[in-house]
Amino acid sequence: MSLTPAELTSSVTGGIGTSPQRPDGNLKVRGEFAYASDLWHEDMIWGSTLRSPHPYARIVSIDLTEALEVPGVYAVLTHEDVPGANLYGLEHKDQPVLAVDVVRYQGEAVALVGADHPETATRAMKRIKVEYEVLEPVVDMETAADDTPLHPGGNLVRHVPIRRGGQAPTADVVVTGRYEVGMQDQAFLGPESGLAVPAEDGGVDLYIATQWLHVDQGQVASALGMPLDKVRLTLSGVGGAFGGREDLSMQVHACMLALHTRKPVKMVYNREESFYGHVHRHPAVLHYEHGATNDGKLVYVKARIFLDGGAYASSTGAVVANAATLGVGPYEVDNVTIDCYGVYTNNPPCGAMRGFGAVQAGFAYESQMDKLADALGMDPVDVRIANAMTEGSVMPTGQVVDSAAPVAQLLKLVKDKPLPPVSTTLDLRSMPGGVSNTTHGEGVVRGIGYAVGIKNVCFSEGYDDYSTARVRVQVINGELVALAHTAACEVGQGLVTIMQQIVRTELGVQRVTILPMDTSIGNGGSTSASRQTYVTGGAVKAACAAVRDKLAKLAGGRDLSEVDLVELLGDDVVDETVEWRHRATEPLDPETGQGNAHVQYGFAAHRAVVDVDVELGLVKVVELDCAQDVGNALNPQAVLGQIQGGSAQGLGLAVMEEIQTSGGKVRNPSFTDYLIPTVLDMPPMSIDVLELADPNAPYGVRGVGEPPTISSTPAIVAAIRAATGLALTRVPVRPEHITGT
Amino acid sequence: MRVTVTVNGEQRRADDVWEGESLLFLLRERLGLPGSKNACEQGECGSCTVYLDDVPVCSCLVAAGQVQDREVRTVEGLAEGDRLDPVQEAFVEAGAVQCGFCTPGLVVAAHDLLDRVPRPSDPEIREALAGNLCRCTGYEKILDAVRLAAARR
Repeated sequence: MSLTPAELTSSVTGGIGTSPQRPDGNLKVRGEFAYASDLWHEDMIWGSTLRSPHPYARIVSIDLTEALEVPGVYAVLTHEDVPGANLYGLEHKDQPVLAVDVVRYQGEAVALVGADHPETATRAMKRIKVEYEVLEPVVDMETAADDTPLHPGGNLVRHVPIRRGGQAPTADVVVTGRYEVGMQDQAFLGPESGLAVPAEDGGVDLYIATQWLHVDQGQVASALGMPLDKVRLTLSGVGGAFGGREDLSMQVHACMLALHTRKPVKMVYNREESFYGHVHRHPAVLHYEHGATNDGKLVYVKARIFLDGGAYASSTGAVVANAATLGVGPYEVDNVTIDCYGVYTNNPPCGAMRGFGAVQAGFAYESQMDKLADALGMDPVDVRIANAMTEGSVMPTGQVVDSAAPVAQLLKLVKDKPLPPVSTTLDLRSMPGGVSNTTHGEGVVRGIGYAVGIKNVCFSEGYDDYSTARVRVQVINGELVALAHTAACEVGQGLVTIMQQIVRTELGVQRVTILPMDTSIGNGGSTSASRQTYVTGGAVKAACAAVRDKLAKLAGGRDLSEVDLVELLGDDVVDETVEWRHRATEPLDPETGQGNAHVQYGFAAHRAVVDVDVELGLVKVVELDCAQDVGNALNPQAVLGQIQGGSAQGLGLAVMEEIQTSGGKVRNPSFTDYLIPTVLDMPPMSIDVLELADPNAPYGVRGVGEPPTISSTPAIVAAIRAATGLALTRVPVRPEHITGT
Repeated sequence: MRVTVTVNGEQRRADDVWEGESLLFLLRERLGLPGSKNACEQGECGSCTVYLDDVPVCSCLVAAGQVQDREVRTVEGLAEGDRLDPVQEAFVEAGAVQCGFCTPGLVVAAHDLLDRVPRPSDPEIREALAGNLCRCTGYEKILDAVRLAAARR
């Protein structure tokens, strides 16, 4: 017989449902945790990247002569030195490792320098002469599909239509709107970095900060023209990700320099280069029309959504599918007509960022729900609850939501929270504008806003989404210990803690070591789509079950709960590797957008309370409260951390964060000009966590990371609208949108 | 040039330092102390915060040559052997560490705050840490950590 987890966990602490300290915590607070940019190798050199100053230009010539003459320079490489395929990409192989005869965005990589010091590399790059013929960039996402084709197939990356129910419905009340979402940056703090070490077998070992080791490995091997086993990746410390590390940055470049010079090569972007070095959240233009009955029931939703994919496709196709399939929000609507387009332009490439298409749609549909409430004279929470999805509801794709969907409950939870008092002190720190001393309360108006959102969890549309886990138990110094190994990337979220917790719970082993994540084990899948606790957690759980089965065999029929496992194992080792998949999904019908495309849905609701200085257009978010269903909080502290952090990124998009472009050029590639929330911008949060288990998921978990990023933004903008009476159809809301100046 | 500096109580020397190098580069790349972090290298994020003669500074904004014959204390110099400083301990316990890239700077900034103001109010904590960006936590658990450390010190 096999042991059940309950029999094994009695004496173990730090299992699931508790919040043990993270295994890398001590190293991180001591400054001893090795991030990708901290790596060092005897005899290493530094790599740098020369980038295009133009959003769109033909490369007429490249002259490396003077750069190669700089003392301390080991190599200067161009597209001619790419050993394998000079095109890569997550969904479409459309992006050159190094530009050949055209550059399609400002910041596109053109040449590489390897040198003895970063400053030497900088000086050499200044001596590379690239002659460009500047071309007129394509920058308007709504007209791009009919503009100059930037790629052989034209500028439409993907169109996802959704057709459900009647296509010519009528309604008592109709509200329309056009909404815009600016380009948000992930702004992870640890810059793109890595160390490539040439190996004696002719291959290369790459130590790298990424979100998906195996997809990086495949793309790097293809560009290097090498078999997979010659390109070995090990995850180094990752300083945040949020989607921005799904695409390659310096991976191939560092390996090319290392193989060319036969020296270890370190590459570290600075903050400006980081803004050019990764994809951003798609800016969007969204046209919506909502029809409802006089008592507030939605009759139909029509939408045309444009997402600016920038110069290369990255994951635009999947982002388009998300914005389309989640485009009406967590509401029951029988008649849906949505067309969502992702296009190429000469703006910076856009791809994955936390929320992944659901954020852009969320701002628009929640703004529409407020507009509808206003048109009906209804309370904005009441109109949402009147249309709220529940378990058993049907998505616009025809997919039935088959686990908890407590949308109304989440809204009620945030609405019923006590409101923060209006500040009676004249503490500047509680005022819009803060210690800039811009107001002592005059012109300050309070507003309250609500929003709720929906996000798919795990990979969709029939993708074979799985993870691989290996679990080993043995006796060391008289103690039963376990070891867990996956290639699933820890990027800060705490997957390493969750893995330890699962092994403790499943095997009753206190001491659990997590091996470094690398490509010596099978694919762990991407650290994205809120999927790692679900999928890699599921794989670790399954590997533990396989270990338990082996132990039971060793025990030869004895009751295992009575057996001393240390004695049973002796010098034996039990070591099991398991590949684990979530339930399969289906592609969307290309004409109607129908299909069971998603694995699971997550929901969160926010209430925002803001004080707005209506004379200066300054906003102080006073409180941001959230309610979210997480299925089962395996680590309650980490769950709260995800909700708090995700809400903060939503606040950033609401009132401050935007990569501003002009003619395709980035105007603010720095933390001086691209502002992310500080501790003064983030208000206190009161959070309710529901645990309504999903019977389809391991332990009933529901993905946590993304839902709070979706509803936070529209709740804050709704609160600013309530304070100002303004329509505010664009995020981030800037002071001039409030003052009209 | 040669730079001689006391770092975490120990006299250190670096040769062939280029004049344009920052204290952050000196620490990370020449003295084997990468704990101070390189998140923005333009004085906006606070991840590289160290004590320079007992005053917290962004080490990316200090030229390496400026620290000649002075004292630097980095995040690596806060713990005593295996014993974490109460601020470090509180950051781990409170869940204030996710990716951890902001953590060294925040730990030094919070350490300095509690040296100056042993029982800070929430607005005082917020003001003191306003120069340190964190992208993961939304700051709630960082506030928890500083409150916890203040209660313990």
